[in-house]
Amino acid sequence: MAKYIAKRLGMAVVTIWLVATLTFFLMNLVPGGPFLSEKAVSPKALEALEAKYGLDKPLHEQYITYMKDALHGDFGDSLKQRGRTVSSIITSKFPVSAKIGGLAVLVAFFVGVPLGCVSALHRGKVTDNIIIVIATCGIAVPSFVICTLLMYTLGVKLGWLPTLGLGTWKHYIMPIIALAFYPTAYITRLMRSSMLDVLGQDYMRTSKAKGLSQFVCLFKHALRNAILPVVTYLGPLLAYTVSGSFIVEKIFSIPGLGREFISSITNRDYTVIMGTTIFLATLMVLMNVVVDIVYKLVDPRIKLK
Amino acid sequence: MKKRIFSVLLAAMMTVTMMSGTVMTVAAEETEGKELSVQVGPNPETIDPALNSAVDGGNMILHAFECLLTYDQDGNIAPGQAETWETSEDGLTWTFHLRDGLKWSDGSDLTANDFVYSWKRVCDPNVAAPYAETVLGMVEGYDAAIEGDLDALAVTAPDDKTLEVKLSSPCTYFDGLAAFATLSPVQQATVEANGDAWAIEPSTYVCNGPFYISEWVPSSHITMTKNPYYWNADAIKLGSIKWNLIEDSNAAYSAYQNGEVLMIKDVPTEEIPSLQDNEEFYVDPIIGTYYISYNTQVEPLNNSLVRKALNLAIDREHVANTLMQGTYTAAPNFMGPGWQDTDGSEFYSNANNGEPYMSTTADIDGALAALEEAGYPNGEGLPVLHYITNDAGYHKVVAEYLQQAWKEIGVTLEVEIVEWSSFTPMRRNGDFEIARNGWVGDYKDPSNQLELFYSTNGNNDGKYSSEAFDAAIDTSRASTDAAERSAALHEAEDIMMEDSACCPLAYYNDFWLQSSKIEGMWHSPTGYWYFMYADIAE
Repeated sequence: MAKYIAKRLGMAVVTIWLVATLTFFLMNLVPGGPFLSEKAVSPKALEALEAKYGLDKPLHEQYITYMKDALHGDFGDSLKQRGRTVSSIITSKFPVSAKIGGLAVLVAFFVGVPLGCVSALHRGKVTDNIIIVIATCGIAVPSFVICTLLMYTLGVKLGWLPTLGLGTWKHYIMPIIALAFYPTAYITRLMRSSMLDVLGQDYMRTSKAKGLSQFVCLFKHALRNAILPVVTYLGPLLAYTVSGSFIVEKIFSIPGLGREFISSITNRDYTVIMGTTIFLATLMVLMNVVVDIVYKLVDPRIKLK
Repeated sequence: MKKRIFSVLLAAMMTVTMMSGTVMTVAAEETEGKELSVQVGPNPETIDPALNSAVDGGNMILHAFECLLTYDQDGNIAPGQAETWETSEDGLTWTFHLRDGLKWSDGSDLTANDFVYSWKRVCDPNVAAPYAETVLGMVEGYDAAIEGDLDALAVTAPDDKTLEVKLSSPCTYFDGLAAFATLSPVQQATVEANGDAWAIEPSTYVCNGPFYISEWVPSSHITMTKNPYYWNADAIKLGSIKWNLIEDSNAAYSAYQNGEVLMIKDVPTEEIPSLQDNEEFYVDPIIGTYYISYNTQVEPLNNSLVRKALNLAIDREHVANTLMQGTYTAAPNFMGPGWQDTDGSEFYSNANNGEPYMSTTADIDGALAALEEAGYPNGEGLPVLHYITNDAGYHKVVAEYLQQAWKEIGVTLEVEIVEWSSFTPMRRNGDFEIARNGWVGDYKDPSNQLELFYSTNGNNDGKYSSEAFDAAIDTSRASTDAAERSAALHEAEDIMMEDSACCPLAYYNDFWLQSSKIEGMWHSPTGYWYFMYADIAE
């Protein structure tokens, strides 16, 4: 196990380095730059700015300097938000996104799994059909539509929930629902199909024949096997959701990392693009390692090699 | 066993939630007085007065800082930190006399030396202030200062209450620049101790205006609290202002309908038709023009007759009132309403002897005649022309309209939509034939916008070059005589309009929603909202 983890972590480092290198050169290939604005900055000011941030140097030199600094944990200063370091942007904004994202994943898991089970148990019946329709909607409807609908109904028309920022617990409800909608639907479908698969297995028939109660059959024997695909999905989902959603954060004015990630690209804020990309890549890779370990714990038959 | 599985899963997920750290509580300080909640734009990139070049940041700086001079409700220059000021006879020396007992928001004394430091800082190449040349380019020693010799800048403080500025050439509108946010005073000790980061933390954001920042949650809100050390604090009725940094116009609109904010600047354009009769919907002009740049260096656009034909074929009433839903005003001139002539009157009313340069409706016959004269009867022989624009606001519908309007005179136009960050460098490098363009004035002197067509101007995207135009601008720069200067500026506009140097389409307006509860605020033609003397009716 330890050997396996060490190997995976070694691969993770290579993956992250590749992502960082590709991103670095690709972003520099895209036309435009961080210091352009509608009104021209005087050539002298532009020169001074480029010199200040080392953008006047050849690209490979910039790359080496950046990688060296990054290895020492220095991700540089934002080129657009003068005075803010990339690390401070990530450390101040990630917790906000992670909190909402983490809660949304919890909601998705604890709603999606039971719904999927119920659906599988009542296969072909009304309950199953209703759940399938809802789950299909959840997958088909894009999050900005959900956000707008929630905001219009719960926020504006009914006036139950505040629409701006994150002051009280009430502020969290709409963003979490919006974020959890798609994964809940996905987990429901995933759970339903894998549960149906498991319920058809011989050992399930055996357990029933032994006279075990339906509850024990389902939760002790079926769920453990049926949940494996959901666990696989949870890793990338967690990494993806806790790193923030551009749309949900923009619509509910949440100061999270998702917005930073997208706007740094449109702003050509090179250091922030690099910092957030490396951060997200690391998160993604680590989550996959964690999933593998959890996998092993859930199903001891699986050998990690 | 079942328990174990779930506990493992739970643990995995709890790790994630734990990573999210402590709950970010947004507990605004309890302040006395009412809090006004508004939205004037998204998170500002910077609110360092020297570094800011955007209206969003400008609105914040306006409430946290006060320059030597300021603008009053009627748009006239008024005393700010300086109580009185005078100009020498040759117009080259400006002397400002500061008020008694000026203080910073931390309670320490503010003197004329603070202005000396701040103005030199604007020239510092390490600060790289985008507006340095605009606001200080005419000050003696600027050229040396911008190279790094800051002490060469002829800004001195003979005593704690006097600031003297020597100009290398007369600048009759220097009072307007003294009211320009870039030239706000900043506290030397704080800036030097914290570097660029001084302007991101409320604790180090020492200012001298009617409010100071008590809280800033980036991308969420900035709360400003009344500054008790401000010289005119007795006239400030609000206890605090909450600037909601909302990026999405639909979100802003929801918050407004909800009553969470009392004023929003970003109104969704699709809501505008339903708001036309709403008394809470305001449309107010700002100085600036939405125009089209022709690349005057490429054929056939180097021919002023072709440009003239293109200009005449456009129905500007239709563009402003139908396409842009009345949120813009049709532009028959390059210089619209709001620019101030040298005698204080409207520059617009005095232009071309009071007549508009062009009709606001299409003149197809005139356009065809110009094309024929240029050697392209009915557009025959003209190559396909290309128009570039970014996709925001009304840019795309305008592009589609241009295609249609120019087709009427036999011109085929291909439209290319370019992403914003790529669009700006393309336009600046002259890598286009026809491009969307626009300018919003920084101060009300017409030179601010007219000089865009000066041959060496950095914003002269169409690379227009006319000796006569340059000469007229040179005269306006050298002159201290109001009448002579006014004549030169009008001559410059006559020349560039006669030459069809660009294609003015519409004048900008600001439009916003504002609750009738807000009293005593005003909006300036430079696009700023003045809430400092506002109050909220019960």
